[in-house]
Amino acid sequence: MSRSHRITLSGVDFIPDLSGALFAPEFGALLVADLHLEKGTSLARRGVHLPPYDTRESLLQLQAVVGSTQPRRLIFLGDSFHDGAARERIDASDLALLRAITARAETVWITGNHDPEPPEDVGGIIIEEMALGPVTLRHQPKALREVEAEISGHLHPAAAIQARGQRIRRRCFIADARRLIMPAFGSYTGALSVRSEAFEGLFGDFHVWMIGDKAVHRFPAAQVR
Amino acid sequence: MSLPQRFLDWFSLRGWAPRAHQLRVLDHAERRESVLLISPTGGGKTLAGFLPSLAEITARGSGEGIHTLYISPLKALAVDIARNLEAPIAEMGLPVIVETRTGDTPHSKRVRQRQKPPDILITTPEQVSLLVADPHAAHLLKGLRTVILDELHSMVTSKRGVLLSLALARVQALAPEAIRIGLSATVADPDALRAWLVPTGAEPAPLVLGQPGAKPNIRILSSVERVPWSGHSSIYAIPEVYEEIRRAKMTLVFVNTRSQAELVFQALWEANDDNLPIALHHGSLDVGQRRKVEAAMGEGRLRAVVCTSTLELGIDWGDVDLVVHVGAPKGSSRLLQRIGRSNHKLDLPSQALLVPSNRFEVLECQAALQAAEVNAQDTEYPMVLKMDVLAQHILCRACAGPFHPDELFAEISSAWTYRKLTRDEFDTAVDYVATGGYALRAYERYAKLKLQADGTLRLAHPRLAMAYRLNMGTIVEDEMLKVRLAHVKRRLGKRVVVGGRVLGEVEEWFVSQLTVGQTFVFAGEVLRFEGLDEFGALASRSNDREPMVPSYQGGKFPLSTYLAERVRQMLADPAAWNGLPPQVKAWLSLQRFRSVVPKAGEMLVETFPRADKHYMVCYPFEGRLAHQTLGMLLTRRLERAGMQPLGFVASEYALVIWMVRDLSLAVSSGRIVLGRLFDEDMMGDDLEAWMAESALMKRTFRNAAIIAGLIERRQPGKEKTARQMTVNTDLIYDVLRTHQPDHLLLRAAWDDAAEGLIDAFRLGAMLRRIKGQILHKPLDTVSPLSVPILLEIGRESVYGEGHDALLAEAANALIDEAMRLV
Repeated sequence: MSRSHRITLSGVDFIPDLSGALFAPEFGALLVADLHLEKGTSLARRGVHLPPYDTRESLLQLQAVVGSTQPRRLIFLGDSFHDGAARERIDASDLALLRAITARAETVWITGNHDPEPPEDVGGIIIEEMALGPVTLRHQPKALREVEAEISGHLHPAAAIQARGQRIRRRCFIADARRLIMPAFGSYTGALSVRSEAFEGLFGDFHVWMIGDKAVHRFPAAQVR
Repeated sequence: MSLPQRFLDWFSLRGWAPRAHQLRVLDHAERRESVLLISPTGGGKTLAGFLPSLAEITARGSGEGIHTLYISPLKALAVDIARNLEAPIAEMGLPVIVETRTGDTPHSKRVRQRQKPPDILITTPEQVSLLVADPHAAHLLKGLRTVILDELHSMVTSKRGVLLSLALARVQALAPEAIRIGLSATVADPDALRAWLVPTGAEPAPLVLGQPGAKPNIRILSSVERVPWSGHSSIYAIPEVYEEIRRAKMTLVFVNTRSQAELVFQALWEANDDNLPIALHHGSLDVGQRRKVEAAMGEGRLRAVVCTSTLELGIDWGDVDLVVHVGAPKGSSRLLQRIGRSNHKLDLPSQALLVPSNRFEVLECQAALQAAEVNAQDTEYPMVLKMDVLAQHILCRACAGPFHPDELFAEISSAWTYRKLTRDEFDTAVDYVATGGYALRAYERYAKLKLQADGTLRLAHPRLAMAYRLNMGTIVEDEMLKVRLAHVKRRLGKRVVVGGRVLGEVEEWFVSQLTVGQTFVFAGEVLRFEGLDEFGALASRSNDREPMVPSYQGGKFPLSTYLAERVRQMLADPAAWNGLPPQVKAWLSLQRFRSVVPKAGEMLVETFPRADKHYMVCYPFEGRLAHQTLGMLLTRRLERAGMQPLGFVASEYALVIWMVRDLSLAVSSGRIVLGRLFDEDMMGDDLEAWMAESALMKRTFRNAAIIAGLIERRQPGKEKTARQMTVNTDLIYDVLRTHQPDHLLLRAAWDDAAEGLIDAFRLGAMLRRIKGQILHKPLDTVSPLSVPILLEIGRESVYGEGHDALLAEAANALIDEAMRLV
């Protein structure tokens, strides 16, 4: 795990992990956004049979980061399940793996637009949003009150930079002093450029932490295209 | 068979007589034998194909269902042929109804064609698949007597041909009496085409040869200018090419890539003091614009057209009397095909001019010229056994109605292309179509094929047939974006960009690397990128003469194995250098003096130091793709051997790798044995490991996934919101590779990459060829032969005057060093 970067929000330090998860050592909390479990099988009815291994792949990644950070709390920031029927489609062995992971930490499922009612039998509690010390955790970024700080997901941020004539685009964390948006964790989730309209007005002077192959890299807004 | 009297009258009325090959095709058809006719363009090939059908329909009477299917690779060609057929039918007063059916045919006409089929249906390969996917196919085709396959040579080398062969196997099952008439240009291996035409195990179709045309008159431009050392722009020769255009009536200027076409077109217009009507034609231009150019050509209103392979096939566009080929033609058959576009009259020699864009291309053009003189052919072998295409065809078959797997297996094996298909492979493909073929059985409930009590498989839902019709076909384009001309206005002090007419389409990756304000060449103009809107890219006209963003991507076609062999032989034989331009000859002579010239069977490896790095240059002449793969694999080996390689660059002819350690020393001290370094065993684990990670594999995977129906094509007008609906195929590739590395689609992607982008087969053959034949020459400094490839370092994607001046400055030092005597 790369411990070289710290993102500070309202005095709380967060460590962006190479897997796309975010660790808050002070609270022993591991945050994970936009898992989109069973996205692969979601189009089955229409006859689109994507390789159904995305859930397993995401859970193995999750298991690894839970193993390396040993969190006391595991908090999912919504859109953890791709749709309401995901629970019916999930393979028995994948379900067992998910339960084994949630059994290792106090688990919280924040609801998202894809999963307003996440399944209740996979361990943990379900809420709409929560506070982690001075920081609010919710699925979709909102207009912030005067002194509020927030961590959210939903937008699947990605950033591109130019290096040696090549354009390199990666998932990323994006944050200014008060707001942080996490990359999507799920293995079939696409990403949206932080330069696109959806991000307009959300950030002041921001940085991105791009997820490379072996490390997380930090860039100032000016370098992001 | 003798022709009916009114046919003979028609011929003699025109002062013609049926040609020998036309009568021979007629004979075979009367004996109900399939036949292959190989004949140059302009030899009355199309009429030869049609005569038997016209005669038979006249005898049996019209309106008895589809008698003849005529399959052409191009939509435009199909329409053109239908038009050309109307004349003889009308003039002879034959009771024959001819119609076309292409992707553009409206639904109402299709319905009418089903109720009242024409005697002759002219169509494209995809439409044949759609036809046999129709539940009424059996009824529609029951009276079919003849299938004519036009431009067969061009169809069989791609997945389109593989798909067509399966559709034809289905046609054969529905109309066992039908014969096939293949029409082809000259190919390297006619026997393969003869076998392709008939069911597995049957006697190959007899071969009929048309009358050969007059020998073409081919020249190589002997420029008074200095032939560049490297690069592909050919700008040096533009004034001379322009002179040729001025002297000719109508010139076709062929180039190898779209961006070369743009560049040459722009340069010609800069030289166009007489304001000659010179047009541009390539696949990315808007269809309407292309049709306009074609029409203007047909009416003789143009003096020249700069084009890519889009004008290579079939249609007679008018009185072309000169073909100019800018850049090396890459293959003898390609050159002959392109030259054949001039003078569609057999008895007159075609006129052609080759314009090499660098010194190695001078050698290549010379080799191509000699090959063309002896009419040597180097067409590719027909493509066989593609699993993604098989999967698509299985779904096609299911759309027509329930089928028994045993019967379908027999039918598919009857296609020459699938004669080696095993039952195991077939069952895997059926399982893939039904449930995705995953070890994790997630889709049993959602299977597309359902097993019936009688052992047949049935399509699970009619909706799947609709999806098949929208997604079928084997041509997968790069993701394209429309480019629209933008008008920039000022509104309340704000800059507002308004989109206007569509200029054409450009690859999405290209647009993704542009930033607002950058300029690039498109549709013959320098454009300024203004951003994206929901319809695509916006660009305004720019006053810049030099585009900021180059778009040259290297050659599309690799140098053919045959021409490569000829180039190697020419290089090895100083007597042959006399035919070369003096500056090229001097260059090679100096190579002999400063380094060494390899014998025809040898591969030269030069090693030398330069500016605190050590270089290795080798000259396999196997094409850029194979060299790139070789570079990748050698770099890994040199890394392991502790040589600290820093980079490599591959060209069509050579490969250079540079490193920290002294390779000359490592070889002389025996620490590295070149024979070991270039050993064939690099094609094992190293290749596997590299390919798995390669971006090229992701590209071939995407193609296979679309053809096999794993993911749906983007439908125009129905763009999905990217994030929610589509899953990026790169992500699918990564996940599938981790969890089921032996999946059908991964194997299909691997095969395609090995055959195509990675050219592993050719590389393997090369490594076997040079075993024990490596000629090592350690040098103190660069050699003359190595200059072109060294100049490619760091400039592969650069062209344009400004850049060239800079490069020339840097390069001159290098050339001086290499060409300095002693």
